[in-house]
Amino acid sequence: MDFFIQLFTDPVTFWNSHTLLIAQIGINSIIASSMFIVLYSGQLSLAAPGFMAIGAYTSVLMDLYWHTPLAVNIAAGVALAGVVGVLVGLPVLRLRGVFLAIATIGFIEALRLGVILNVPITGEGLGLKNIDADPLNGIYLVLVCLAVVLFLIWRLTKGRLGAAWSAIRQDELAALSQGINVARYKMIAFVLSAVVAGFGGALEAHLQTFVDPGDQQYGVTRAVQILSFAVLGGSGHFLGPVVGALVVTTLPWIFVQALNYINIVTGLFLIAVIIFRPQGIVGRGGLAIIRPAWWPRRDRVRAPSPG
Amino acid sequence: MDQQLLNAIFIGSIYALFAVGYTLVFGVLDILNLAHSAVFMFGAALTYSLVVNHGQPFWIATILAIAACALLGLVIEHVCLRPLRRRRAPPIAALISTVGLALIIVAAIEQGQAGTLFGWLWVDGGNSVTFPPGTVPNPTWHVGDLTIEASKVAIIPISIALMLVLGYVIRYTQVGRGLRAVAENPRAARLMGLDVDRMISLTLVISSALGGLAGILFGVALGDISPYIGRDNVEVRGLAVIVLGGMGSVPGAVIGGYLLGLIEVLALVALGSSARGGVAFAALFLMLVLRPQGLFGAQLRERI
Repeated sequence: MDFFIQLFTDPVTFWNSHTLLIAQIGINSIIASSMFIVLYSGQLSLAAPGFMAIGAYTSVLMDLYWHTPLAVNIAAGVALAGVVGVLVGLPVLRLRGVFLAIATIGFIEALRLGVILNVPITGEGLGLKNIDADPLNGIYLVLVCLAVVLFLIWRLTKGRLGAAWSAIRQDELAALSQGINVARYKMIAFVLSAVVAGFGGALEAHLQTFVDPGDQQYGVTRAVQILSFAVLGGSGHFLGPVVGALVVTTLPWIFVQALNYINIVTGLFLIAVIIFRPQGIVGRGGLAIIRPAWWPRRDRVRAPSPG
Repeated sequence: MDQQLLNAIFIGSIYALFAVGYTLVFGVLDILNLAHSAVFMFGAALTYSLVVNHGQPFWIATILAIAACALLGLVIEHVCLRPLRRRRAPPIAALISTVGLALIIVAAIEQGQAGTLFGWLWVDGGNSVTFPPGTVPNPTWHVGDLTIEASKVAIIPISIALMLVLGYVIRYTQVGRGLRAVAENPRAARLMGLDVDRMISLTLVISSALGGLAGILFGVALGDISPYIGRDNVEVRGLAVIVLGGMGSVPGAVIGGYLLGLIEVLALVALGSSARGGVAFAALFLMLVLRPQGLFGAQLRERI
């Protein structure tokens, strides 16, 4: 409870003492948003940690060897993630549902265990030391980037692209018969998600003094965690993944009393939320549960959440 | 090389036994049960704990642990899957609820230390332990330059026998027909008077008992029991196995298990130990891209 009391009574101290937590929430939100793009277009892709690893390693390596400025590093990481996204997307996007999920798991684990842990330049299992990391001041950059990413995704889902993705998610065959180029729009979603994930990974590497090739960071565990942000928050609305990332990342601070048993609390929380709100916290009806009664609402038929 | 081949067969048996449970649930429910690797770990950890901390004979510990894993299967069904089916949630929701249960099981073992809440279950926290010598019967023979340990060799007949029994049950008995009917079309099965919920509970019980047994065999043969053996050794490899064999196909999972064991040992011999993991996933990725229905899968249906 102290957590919330401090948040409301003394926001300045709260900000100063929880800077790293807030930055991590921002990073997780960006990456959950990358997961949102693929889920919104009806694809269960778990490739995000792989693209994060590409973004992170590219930007840190460029900094270590060429001493280029941060913006160039991040741009290079994002570009490489996008290129790999195209190369991976071409063969795997023919797959659907769980098959796509498993193929992308194959991709991230082959990248982590096969490439990152075996190529000397990445520091192999020992990881990379990031000498120019800036954990404290990086938070402003993260929050600005989060706002930009969210604004872009919001605009995209409202436009032609979003309508096409929504149609594909609800019924691929019907979308195809309406003249929507399904393969092309799926590819756009996959590559865009790769770019956002690469961006998030590069930003995260900028905040951490050490790039760790562990399972918690770029492996299946991370992929499932990001999926839980997106699904728990609700994958039918662009704010859903952000809410999911916010809630799940702050759980250890909310249930401080749980101490070592925090994973048990997290597990119970995941099960409870998904059972009582299978469509996610910001699920069907958008922000219905937190929207006040006097707030003007537009009545229209909402699309079911993906899946 | 001969020794390596023997290793390939016995690690393949463990993969196969684990993946049969995985694929059974996917075949019947079209759901990936991500708590399966936690059940694998739970079986091994509980057996160790019963033998070492509670002084039970190995065989009794094994039976109790398998029974506990079967019960855990019922928990998965009643806590994670049935409420979601009642609410017609999308299948992606079941991924999250089973991950939640896996988190709970792993955390319970991980936090188990003498005198804590889970001290009765496990006392070694996050450490890796091995059965003390003498607690598990393990005669060893030397044939030529091969070392044959009973604990490793026994895995092969045990898994093959179990998989044959399972194959017989599914193909020729009333219960097996029921399972196949539910897998084919749950609504039609219900209309034919089948108790679909009971069939699904049964699937989870069989699947979890097999997963727990695979964990026990792994713990005995490799002498490595920790809260993370499920996550590190079989969670993703199990996926690779069921994809190699064809999702939902039980014989496919068996062949896939041995195939993955073989691929990994070949990679180990040809490329060195660091390439072992990467090669398995590259194989998985290629298989999905080239032949997504697997070696023995039926025609690919749209599933999510």
